[in-house]
Amino acid sequence: MVLSTSSNFAKPDDAFRAIVEAHRGLSDAQSADFDAALVLILANHIGDLGVLREAIALARHRMIDEQQQQQQQQQQQQQQQ
Amino acid sequence: MAHATTQAKTQFGYRRHPDQDRSQADLAEHAIVVVGAGPVGLSLAVDLAQRGQRVVLLDDADRIGEGSRAICFSKRSLEYWDRLGVGDRMVAKGVVWSVGRIFHGDAQLYQFNLLPEEGHKRPAFINLQQYYAESYLVDRVAELPDIDLRWRNKVIALEQRNDGVALTIATPDGPYRLLAQYVIACDGARSALRQMVGAEFGGQVFEDQFLIADVKMSAEFPTERWFWFDPPFHAGRSALLHKQPDDVWRIDLQLSRDADPVAEKRPENVRPRIARMLGHDKFEFEWISLYKFQCRRMDRFVHGRVIFAGDSAHQVSPFGARGANSGLEDAENLSWKLDRVLRGASPASLLESYHVERSAAADENIRESTRSTDFMAPNTRQEARLRKAVLSLAKETEFGKRMVNGGRLSVPCVYDSPLSTADVDEWRAGPRPGTSMPDAPIAPRSGGNAFLTDAFREGGTRFALLAFGNGPAIETPAGVKAIRMDGADGWVDAAGLAARRYDAEPGTAYLLRPDGYVAARFRHPSRAIVEAALARAEGLN
Repeated sequence: MVLSTSSNFAKPDDAFRAIVEAHRGLSDAQSADFDAALVLILANHIGDLGVLREAIALARHRMIDEQQQQQQQQQQQQQQQ
Repeated sequence: MAHATTQAKTQFGYRRHPDQDRSQADLAEHAIVVVGAGPVGLSLAVDLAQRGQRVVLLDDADRIGEGSRAICFSKRSLEYWDRLGVGDRMVAKGVVWSVGRIFHGDAQLYQFNLLPEEGHKRPAFINLQQYYAESYLVDRVAELPDIDLRWRNKVIALEQRNDGVALTIATPDGPYRLLAQYVIACDGARSALRQMVGAEFGGQVFEDQFLIADVKMSAEFPTERWFWFDPPFHAGRSALLHKQPDDVWRIDLQLSRDADPVAEKRPENVRPRIARMLGHDKFEFEWISLYKFQCRRMDRFVHGRVIFAGDSAHQVSPFGARGANSGLEDAENLSWKLDRVLRGASPASLLESYHVERSAAADENIRESTRSTDFMAPNTRQEARLRKAVLSLAKETEFGKRMVNGGRLSVPCVYDSPLSTADVDEWRAGPRPGTSMPDAPIAPRSGGNAFLTDAFREGGTRFALLAFGNGPAIETPAGVKAIRMDGADGWVDAAGLAARRYDAEPGTAYLLRPDGYVAARFRHPSRAIVEAALARAEGLN
């Protein structure tokens, strides 16, 4: 199996909203606890280490992109100053 | 390590050996010198002697003792000790167990059974103080005239030569030298020989401290392994309780990274902790030790004519009973290979397979025990959060229970080995090549009860062809023992468990190595394909 990145929900907004609402009223620490449990539950449901690794790689890739963007912006700001 | 009470369980005398009177020009020459008379060195020496090799076994001390140390011996180790003639004694003295329970706070999360099926000669584990194991092995050594055990003989220098090794050995009478074709270093985690060959010993250092207390008391706890996360008597940390013979209980408590080791191991500080755990203080201390540990291994287990086995080659965290048990697996793996090489029956390159197989096993043991340790002592806040999630999910979900890691107990590694012949037939189950042989109850045709491991052991462990009945009879190659099931002359598999565990059909045959691992298996064995698999397993091609 490979990680599916096509849109799988009939109404993606409903899915996004369900997750957002689950965090409502939680402190950052509580949200982090909640996410940890949710990730483990979903990972077990997927039940495929290859797919899980692909998902981890995709999520990490996003973080690296964000870091690079931030660094570039900082460098540009420094050059402008 | 510090000890509340130090007991030398057995004291041995140093005796001067004629080798010490030889001149430098006329040094004594020995085929095998084993350095270190711990469980691994003693077992290896017995195994080699039973194969007809003469062994010099050196130890720098003159006694066994000081603390229970390794206490959990696995089914695989007991099967090995059966072959060495000490299994019955170990099991008779040991505490047999197979059930473990994991608690979170004061509630049980789940329990597991490490050997849920019947029909095995040996249990999943016994608990036995290391000093008993060593003393039974020393008794066995005394029965074997081919082993020359020399106490207070400390190797202080080592010189590799083309065809052997020259050792310099310190004794109470001063130093002497001798020559060995092969030196096996079983001299423990702080191996002096490892330093003498200049080998690196890198790995991960764990900062968490653990306290071992062996306490003597009469208690009604069941003979199970109990593990707690965040117990009421030791908030925020983990704890382990295990029974040993003689009413001694092993208690293992995780301490904080910054705990003061000198203060923590004082009996007056340990006592209230244990009393809180047990709910009473009617116990005496047998041994108290505080430890940190590392997970690491040598890059190469074979350094010319010096071969490393046990803790000298690899170290793991203690959670999982993977230290002494993996050292014993090293010994059973190395012994038959070294015997063949010294007899000229196999090329010296067969010893490379010892490194390949056992270093992969060390990697697996390090991986498993590191995961357990990280689960017990999370490294980051997010790791702690994930652990918290697992522990809370374990209360209501099956997958959560399975993720709780309070130690994954030692099972034999499956070798991806150059000595194995890959399957060509269809198999639904059974041990694939590189797997240790499963046991099963069988009976001699003449009557009585026995186990497959008995049949394998009978007459000395060597290559064996386990052949299931009703197939065409095949001639076994020279030097290979035949174990025939359900034939006119063989063993009876009345319960059908051997056939089931080996996925046997009429004619199925397994080629077993002298260490009881599967080398190859065949649906339709012929003399030619069995011989080809045998040659491969002997390192001949």
